[in-house]
Amino acid sequence: MTYEAASHFAQTWGMALLFVLFVGVIIYAFWPGNRKKFKDAARTPLADEDDNV
Amino acid sequence: MWKFHKWFERHTLILLIGILVVVSIGGLVQIAPLFFIESTIERVDGVRPYSPLELAGREIYVREGCYVCHSQMVRPLRDEVERYGHYSLAAESMYDHPFQWGSKRTGPDLARVGDRYSDEWHRAHLVDPRSVVPESVMPPYAFLERRDLDTAHMDAHLRANRMLRVPYTDEQLANANADARAQAEPLASNAFDFEQRYPGVAIRDFDGQPDRVTEMDALIAYLQMLGVGVDFSTYRADQPENER
Amino acid sequence: MTQSSGFRGDASAILVILVGGAFLALLGISRAIDTPFAVQMWTMFAAFLLGGAALAWEVGKGPRQDHSSRYENGVVKAGVIASMFWGVAGLLVGVIIALQLSFPEIFYFPDFGWLNFGRLRPLHTSAVIFAFGGNVLIATSFYVVQRTCRARLAGGLWPWFVFWGYQLFIALAGTGYLMGITEGREYAEPPWYTDIWLTLVWVAYLLVFLGTIWKRQEKHIYVANWFYLAFIVTIAMLHIINNLAIPVTFGSSFSYSLFSGVQDALTQWWYGHNAVGFFLTAGFLAIMYYFIPKQANRPVYSYRLSIIHFWALIFLYIWAGPHHLHYTALPQWAQTLGATFSIMLWMPSWGGMINGLMTLSGAWDKLRTDPVLRMLVVSVAFYGMSTFEGPMMSIRAVNSLSHYTDWTIGHVHSGALGWVGFVSFGALYCLTPWLWRKQKLHSLALVDWHFWLATIGIVLYITSMWVAGVMQGLMWRAYNEYGFLEYSFVETVEAMHPYYIIRALGGGLYLLGALIMVYNLWRTATSKEPAHERVTDAPAAVAVPAE
Repeated sequence: MTYEAASHFAQTWGMALLFVLFVGVIIYAFWPGNRKKFKDAARTPLADEDDNV
Repeated sequence: MWKFHKWFERHTLILLIGILVVVSIGGLVQIAPLFFIESTIERVDGVRPYSPLELAGREIYVREGCYVCHSQMVRPLRDEVERYGHYSLAAESMYDHPFQWGSKRTGPDLARVGDRYSDEWHRAHLVDPRSVVPESVMPPYAFLERRDLDTAHMDAHLRANRMLRVPYTDEQLANANADARAQAEPLASNAFDFEQRYPGVAIRDFDGQPDRVTEMDALIAYLQMLGVGVDFSTYRADQPENER
Repeated sequence: MTQSSGFRGDASAILVILVGGAFLALLGISRAIDTPFAVQMWTMFAAFLLGGAALAWEVGKGPRQDHSSRYENGVVKAGVIASMFWGVAGLLVGVIIALQLSFPEIFYFPDFGWLNFGRLRPLHTSAVIFAFGGNVLIATSFYVVQRTCRARLAGGLWPWFVFWGYQLFIALAGTGYLMGITEGREYAEPPWYTDIWLTLVWVAYLLVFLGTIWKRQEKHIYVANWFYLAFIVTIAMLHIINNLAIPVTFGSSFSYSLFSGVQDALTQWWYGHNAVGFFLTAGFLAIMYYFIPKQANRPVYSYRLSIIHFWALIFLYIWAGPHHLHYTALPQWAQTLGATFSIMLWMPSWGGMINGLMTLSGAWDKLRTDPVLRMLVVSVAFYGMSTFEGPMMSIRAVNSLSHYTDWTIGHVHSGALGWVGFVSFGALYCLTPWLWRKQKLHSLALVDWHFWLATIGIVLYITSMWVAGVMQGLMWRAYNEYGFLEYSFVETVEAMHPYYIIRALGGGLYLLGALIMVYNLWRTATSKEPAHERVTDAPAAVAVPAE
């Protein structure tokens, strides 16, 4: 493997793959259908009242 | 997409695999090529494996944690090259398991400290740093000259290194224990054989105690060979094989 | 499977490990070629014997019927106590080595090599990072995963194996450093056999944590657990790969790293920087995502942001290591890659900081009345500060000045004292009354004292180190009018003297604050106030699944 071949792959396919992954995470986080789920999830630490003095 | 991600998130094992994949990419792309790309280490003359005594000295250097205050990596910056000498090459630490480049200079860089000071200076400095450098904050290492060097297992040290592809010969392995002493005993009967096995390695009584081989001998032997191997008059940084 | 047979199964599996370990330790003693190694093997042997005896005693008593809570609290309490102990010990060693650099004539002992800076410095870093930080992480992760999954800790006796196994790792590593046993790479100093032992303990830790998540009664896995999981898994990967080594013999404490030179350097800083990224950041962000919402009694500012924060952070961090090797013999493409990702890392870091701070939005007044919450929130502010400074220092031009100087030390401590320390103290202040069933802390005024002493300590520490570092970097590269280097190296050492004293003072104040905390928490746990009853803490009405 030469340095040029490795860096060419990283700068094209590698970059594209990472970008797609990143967009995937953003879409997941902002998908309207997930809104309620995340809202509930955010209350997880609070819902458990046994430790509230 | 939506269904996939829902499953992705709720399923612990998949979360686990997701984490593993994401954190592996960096290592694979960044570290793995260093082992394959040939230009990682320059081709230079003069870098050799450590002699048994130097290797023992290096172990003491590691044991005492010298690396937490002294780097062994001269950067290619004007002031560093003027202060310490030619900038360090990757080839110069190719036999260093582990590397000792360091990350902090509470004391000066030691990559090229070899042959810079006399053995007597090193001895005085290690016994009581402030006797020769009054402003120094270095700890004293007086105990080194009172402790006999344990040379009984140097063959095992060399063998472990050879497993890691440090090119020690069978002969060097077979004589490692005796060679560790021979380097510090110029009058010993096997000093000549040692010289044949390790051409160009300094043979002398490093610690000023001719009748003993101490940890001080080993450490000074190591310090005195740091960075003096490569002949920079023949090194061409701009050659294609040396460009990185 | 009934509860008691599962209990006995755990006990016998752990017993096999202890007996096997004791046998190997005896073998090590018989093969030892150096005294320190023999001492370490005796330590291990004694620890395994003690562990076996304790286990036998536990088995004799039978499974403990703990009706006070549906959760396993004992091991978390043990973790809180261990955190306090190691925290004070680690800070104390830090103050000692700061004094050694300030007053070398007084604090070095020519006849006791084991107290020299080179041996105490790894003791300090390991004690604060792995002993203090590690115990905080184990304790809080065991606490948080139970509450957010509404499930009792999995594995029966195994969490205790994890706890005591980890303490043994610390004891072996720490006493080893004093005897001169080290692998010679920063933050990865413990010798090969302790590395193997830690691997075993860590796998048990991962399984206990995963097992608890598998038992969960919530559909969704709360984001704090993602961070804990990333911390546990990634540390396992880093630890195993970076510590690959060949021991001189089976009876030797010394080993040779599998890699050499430039490859060893990059592997080590890939490990070293991600010890920061995953041990000191991801793990403690998990604490932030649970304890700040809990103490403020408000949900996290944006759960969506926490998801993006998570994936972006763990993806970017893993690349950042080479910024420790700017201008070295590492190929330049690797340096550039490391710096690029380090700078990008600024974004998720600040995303996380904003998420933590904004959780307080609309309830800022609580900061005035609740010093524990204040501590937690200020820790996040320090996190923001050091994650801004870090990317800046990874820029080549800045790094050429800052590298090798005390600026790096100051940067590390703004993260370590400000972020990791404060968020840990905050968590300990929360956990102690919760676990020991007290209405409140012994004294909020003492929390205030701790907060201010520690804050002043940090300010003294990081400003002195910043000035010292920048000054020394500039002195190294200063030229006089004739084009010669202006200063000899030792002149730059001499110039550090006043700043080293200020640093030691700052560290001393921080230690004093921690001692006040220990006193406060001790009084809280042992106060005569009647135990506070909690309705929902009673055994759940539904049958708890057998273990």
